[in-house]
Amino acid sequence: MATLSPTQPPAPSVVRRLSAFFSKHPTLVLILLLAAPLLWLGVIYLGSLGALLLQSFYKLDDFTGLVVREFTLDTYKQLFTQSNLDIVTRTAAMASVVTLACALLAFPISFYMARYASPSGKVVFFIAVTLPLWSSYLVRVYSWKLILAKEGVVGWFINLLGLQGALDAILAVPTIGGPSLSVSMYGTFLAFVYVWLPYMIIPTYTALTRVPRSMLEASADLGARPAQTFWRVILPLAFPGVVAGSIFTFSLTLGDYIIPGILGNSAFFIGQVVLTQQGTAGNIPLAAAFTVVPMFIMFVYLFIAARLGAFEAL
Amino acid sequence: MNNASNSLAAVRFEHVSRHFGEVRAVDNISLEIYDGEFFSMLGPSGSGKTTCLRLIAGFEQPSSGKIYLHGAEVSGQPPYERDVNTVFQDYALFPHMTVEQNVGYGLMIKKVPTAERKKRVSDALELVRLPQMAKRRPSQLSGGQRQRIALARALVNRPRVLLLDEPLGALDLKLRQEMQVELKDIQKRVGITFVFVTHDQEEALTMSDRIAVFNAGHVEQIGTPAEIYEHPASAFVAGFVGTSNLVRSDVAQKLTGRAQMFSIRPEKIRMVEIGTPVQDGWTALEGTVREVIYLGMFTRYLVALEGGGELTVVRQNLDETSMDVLSAEGKRVQLTWQRVFDRVLETK
Repeated sequence: MATLSPTQPPAPSVVRRLSAFFSKHPTLVLILLLAAPLLWLGVIYLGSLGALLLQSFYKLDDFTGLVVREFTLDTYKQLFTQSNLDIVTRTAAMASVVTLACALLAFPISFYMARYASPSGKVVFFIAVTLPLWSSYLVRVYSWKLILAKEGVVGWFINLLGLQGALDAILAVPTIGGPSLSVSMYGTFLAFVYVWLPYMIIPTYTALTRVPRSMLEASADLGARPAQTFWRVILPLAFPGVVAGSIFTFSLTLGDYIIPGILGNSAFFIGQVVLTQQGTAGNIPLAAAFTVVPMFIMFVYLFIAARLGAFEAL
Repeated sequence: MNNASNSLAAVRFEHVSRHFGEVRAVDNISLEIYDGEFFSMLGPSGSGKTTCLRLIAGFEQPSSGKIYLHGAEVSGQPPYERDVNTVFQDYALFPHMTVEQNVGYGLMIKKVPTAERKKRVSDALELVRLPQMAKRRPSQLSGGQRQRIALARALVNRPRVLLLDEPLGALDLKLRQEMQVELKDIQKRVGITFVFVTHDQEEALTMSDRIAVFNAGHVEQIGTPAEIYEHPASAFVAGFVGTSNLVRSDVAQKLTGRAQMFSIRPEKIRMVEIGTPVQDGWTALEGTVREVIYLGMFTRYLVALEGGGELTVVRQNLDETSMDVLSAEGKRVQLTWQRVFDRVLETK
């Protein structure tokens, strides 16, 4: 350790002087470190969001087909026409049931992963949960179209079980039914649950692993049976994780336009409207206004979740 | 103690073992904890004391042997069916509940009527002197306050045995000493059997009616603090409880003529000038002061013996200044002590 020798202090190199300078100015270091990500977040991310909001207050001139750059609420008024409201409620309803189904499916899986799986079992589970994310989303959605088609494997299996009548009955339900599973809302729903499930499992699992064992022991120690411990301790403590997961499943469903385009009874969802309005129709203001809807719904959703105490155990 | 053992013991272990694979965390332990006593389980980490506590609570089940609580066998019973409560090392307060809800949790589970529950919760908070904290969240409390709330949450259920798993470990020295006195005081007032797990010998000596010294899954000795300190049953106990000089059998042979290892407490040794006449019943040895550690209230001297080995001597700084004691380094001295303080130890 020549640097420790008292007789010959090392000549301060540029690096050394620079690090000495930085250690005296921690705020400068912070600014330098945060500059790039903050610029990204501020300009590209929030900036484009601001541009979008601005666009939603313009309107499209029906005669010329050009965007009139004047402040107006006319575009928002268009949202409240019956057909557009139907699209909004349909999308929000789909997002809600998809989120609910994901939460119900994810909880037991996450619970098993967090509490009972051996370390190697955890790895297997993690791979199994994330494996679908390794392949293309489009390929997976198209495979669902085949799986759920009239001659597909699901139809074949239902026929084998002699449940064709039951399938026909649920497909006959108006507005959500259709000629086959892949051309009905059931298909849309199944594909949504399938593609977003990992986004629910991972945060729920993380929340469950963060519940210390001593807390469960404390509950048992105070006389609570396992079921009581589950409802009063585990579930409330894991709830923020479920809410975090539901933010993914809910908002991803709200904005998706590919799944309802491939699977479903061709009823429109918000994402599809945004796509057609800004593309073929060239009505960027209406597309922007439609984009604000899911954001608004998410704000309301998070507000309610916060009021329910979802974030108190964070 | 004989009268106590006639009545039903609060906790009784009969040849209890708990193995985790190859590891024998608790290895054939038999012991009795009397009703109403403050019983400490003392030992280094990994000695099996916490596993014993968890066996009483029901978080672990014995691999073999039987556990009785107040005469009834509980082996195999889950924790929620046992009339014991635990104060956890990390307190394990529920973060999503207020202090009041935390303390009332056990009563709520047992469906105690609301009015009575409120009364008992406020009494318990009064007992730990934190009545004003009822509406707070655990995250808004200091470590010492959380510790008291954890205590209140356990005591409010009026268990017959309270288990404490190193509850003072996370507190700073001052607070720990205060809590030691307070815990002992609370135990006297409520009259519940306390089973206290600690690795801190001073803590165990301060609070306990009786202490069990654990080592490697065994109990080395059970006794009152004075018995444990003055009559350590093994080299391990002598070394773990307080500081001890263990005199090896070859050195002992020269000293006493018997080739048996013995221990002598550092405070029993006097350090005098070479050539000071030796009184009857005293042992004398010569050595050189190798190191002086000045500790303010007293000084610790490490003395290298002429015949090999080293003894630690502790002397209160009664008349000496720090300059005086530090100048002792390198000096040749004579060490003497009364033979009655030798503790001959069995070599295992």
